Amino acid sequence: MDSFDLIVIGAGPGGYVCAFRAAQLGLAVALIDKRATLGGTCLNIGCIPSKALLHSSEHLAFAQHHAAEHGLKLGSIEIDLAALMQRKDAVVAKLVGGVAQLAKARKITVVTGAASFDSANTILVGEQKLTAKNIVIATGSAPVELPFLKFDGKTVVSSDDAIAFDSVPKKLVVVGGGAIGLELGSVWSRLGSDVTVVEFLPKIIATYDDDIVRTFTRLLQKQGLKIETGAKVTGFAAGALTAERGAEKLSFPADKVLVAVGRRPFTDGLALDRVGIELDEKKRVKVDARLRTTAPGVWAIGDVVAGPMLAHKAEEDGVAVAEWIAGKAGHVNWDLVPAIVYTDPEVASIGLGEEGAKAKGLAVAIGKFNFAANARAIAAGNPDGFTKIIADAKTDKILGAQILGHNAGELISEVVTHMEYGGSAEDLARTIHAHPTMTEAVKEAALAVSKRAIHAL
Amino acid sequence: MPLLEVKIPPMGESISSGVLAKWHVANGAVVKKDQPLFELETDKITSEGTAESAGKITFKIEAGAEVKIGQVVATIDTDAAAAAAPTPPPVATATPEASAKEAPPSPAVRRLAAETGIDPATIPGTGKAGRVTKGDMLAATEAQPAAPADSPAAAPSVVKPAPSTGERQTRKKMTPLRARIAQRLVAAQQEAAMLTTFNEADMSAVIALRAKYQDDFVKKNGLKLGFMSFFAKAVVHALREVPAVNAQLDGDSIVENHYYDIGVAVSTDRGLMVPVIRDCDTLGMAGIEKSIAEAAKRARDGKITLADLEGGVFTITNGGIFGSMLSTPIINPPQSAILGLHAINERPVALAGQVVIRPMMYLALSYDHRLIDGREAVTFLVKVKQAIEDPARLLLSI
Repeated sequence: MDSFDLIVIGAGPGGYVCAFRAAQLGLAVALIDKRATLGGTCLNIGCIPSKALLHSSEHLAFAQHHAAEHGLKLGSIEIDLAALMQRKDAVVAKLVGGVAQLAKARKITVVTGAASFDSANTILVGEQKLTAKNIVIATGSAPVELPFLKFDGKTVVSSDDAIAFDSVPKKLVVVGGGAIGLELGSVWSRLGSDVTVVEFLPKIIATYDDDIVRTFTRLLQKQGLKIETGAKVTGFAAGALTAERGAEKLSFPADKVLVAVGRRPFTDGLALDRVGIELDEKKRVKVDARLRTTAPGVWAIGDVVAGPMLAHKAEEDGVAVAEWIAGKAGHVNWDLVPAIVYTDPEVASIGLGEEGAKAKGLAVAIGKFNFAANARAIAAGNPDGFTKIIADAKTDKILGAQILGHNAGELISEVVTHMEYGGSAEDLARTIHAHPTMTEAVKEAALAVSKRAIHAL
Repeated sequence: MPLLEVKIPPMGESISSGVLAKWHVANGAVVKKDQPLFELETDKITSEGTAESAGKITFKIEAGAEVKIGQVVATIDTDAAAAAAPTPPPVATATPEASAKEAPPSPAVRRLAAETGIDPATIPGTGKAGRVTKGDMLAATEAQPAAPADSPAAAPSVVKPAPSTGERQTRKKMTPLRARIAQRLVAAQQEAAMLTTFNEADMSAVIALRAKYQDDFVKKNGLKLGFMSFFAKAVVHALREVPAVNAQLDGDSIVENHYYDIGVAVSTDRGLMVPVIRDCDTLGMAGIEKSIAEAAKRARDGKITLADLEGGVFTITNGGIFGSMLSTPIINPPQSAILGLHAINERPVALAGQVVIRPMMYLALSYDHRLIDGREAVTFLVKVKQAIEDPARLLLSI
């Protein structure tokens, strides 16, 4: 029986960060994962491989469609898909290797295998028994499977497979117009697929404001993606995905169907009922405000509990729990978790949107600024999109921001920082932003909140 | 000294005992109502015990002790709550508050400070760790007491440059108003045996009350809830408690007043005027604010009449809007006393053995010792202070 101060089940961003922080605070930690490589879904089959594919395919799109503008004559461009995938694998290998090295340097005991609860402080991994006063469940999530469209790994696939096709599908239908569906749809569209995105709600990326979504949809369509909204998928038969839009019957021929309708919290095989760990109505592990489960000494973080299913949120959960376990003051600001869609252009958000704020009855002042008026965006050839800041009409406090544009994900960061300190739009506008950068568009949107943008009327 | 018992609450039928895992407050601290006090661990669940009332807490058991349901684990001295008016909540404890004070004000706050003359250090902050935000500055700007001068920069001491004829002096006749003011000020000092007694008031309760109810007040009344209505009501309250101050000497008779017309000093270009707000005891807060605003406007527009200036029983003067920390006001004859209010500055003060930062204001009561003795003057000022520090006293007339 191996005894530790802390056992972490799941070595994704939530789990491994929790383990690393706990080790920093002097705890003896065991980190368990089913997979031989650390990093969970994010590093192995999620965030990282998809970003590698997105960047590779963005370069392709540039070479094909924009190189000529820059005076570059590239002749005919060939795609070596195997090499592209090898690069993606190398990126993943580098990162999971890095996590393993850090775990080793921090003297964390890494155990490979499927974990289950024997008691509230004992975990079984195969024949091995591990005990600890504190256990953290960080088992993450898995793709949601539609009952009438089950995954077969070949024709009906999840994102797990869509990052590793061995050939470019001729016709790819993506079910679900959220971040994952749009990102992977973009990748394969750039690589040559005929891609149709079928979304149930009236708009794609439905949590974003209408103005952002309208412009974004138009830009994706210009890139060749077909977007079908308000369509309820009914099945896949004879090589075509069937759907309904009201009374209208739709049919989308497809060689492959990528189902990306969301992810479900993953607790299979943990034997939680054995130790009285309760789940909520959405099968997430039930936790209190300090991420404690209904079993004393057992905590849960990341995708497996409520909150945005994002790697950085899981990381913050992990740090906070490690700090609470070590008797320190942990803290997560769940109200300020940025979200990004890594298409081109990217879409990023923080806090309340215009519609969200109005739904709460808040009086808001909005400032917007088009990248088409930003010097750097024009020089770099990224004029699409705009920045949008939502502030309280009376106190000018920044309530949220949404950005559609190249590198929106990097640009949103400064708004998050200002919001952490209760900053106003004026505070952001009076902070110097280097010229020429895309960040000036964020500053101008802040100025626009009080109708004082310099580079727009 | 009413002591409230802090007991372990019932937790469910099968739970009869637990462990008081940790105290969230220090022994002897002044706690607020509903503040989390301790963490209780039982077989089934961990929960928090909260304070049913504000006051000074005294532990009866240590952290880590086994406790039974219903056991008394601490007492709260609810009288001690009165001395510790609640501060507008900063996000964390004393150390982050200190760091918020060291943190430079944000750009918008700096701009507003420069434009309005309001020092951010005098305003309670609602930002991270107590930082002052733009919203806090905007609220403070609107709330400046309604007996304004045109701007702090127009203080009477600004010397106009000599005319370009090269003379080293210029000569102007005193206006009748200024001559009359001068005469009355001298007469007041010569007639009365005048001296000043001082006290200080923690403004946090009033500041918190205004922050909490400002929006509703404006919505209902169409104007802002300032500080002057609180001061006026505190004075009425104190006059009731110490009627000797609401009296005048007339020859060899003592005239006791049974009404509450309070003069509010207004500084105008033409000079100092003290329009009287009638029957402050019957006016509500909105009524007082409205009356002061109207009187100040009439004073500035030169529309004040003699009738407006007569009949007051007491005067309030606010030098704080110009930045005065402390002063010895001169009585407005034939009244027997005058209350001077000053700038609200954040100062470290000792509270229950701890050093805390509070928005403090000095109070000065100049009074006629021929009529009012020291004990009465001091008591009067204490009553004003108490009413300002704990506005509930106005409601309860204690």
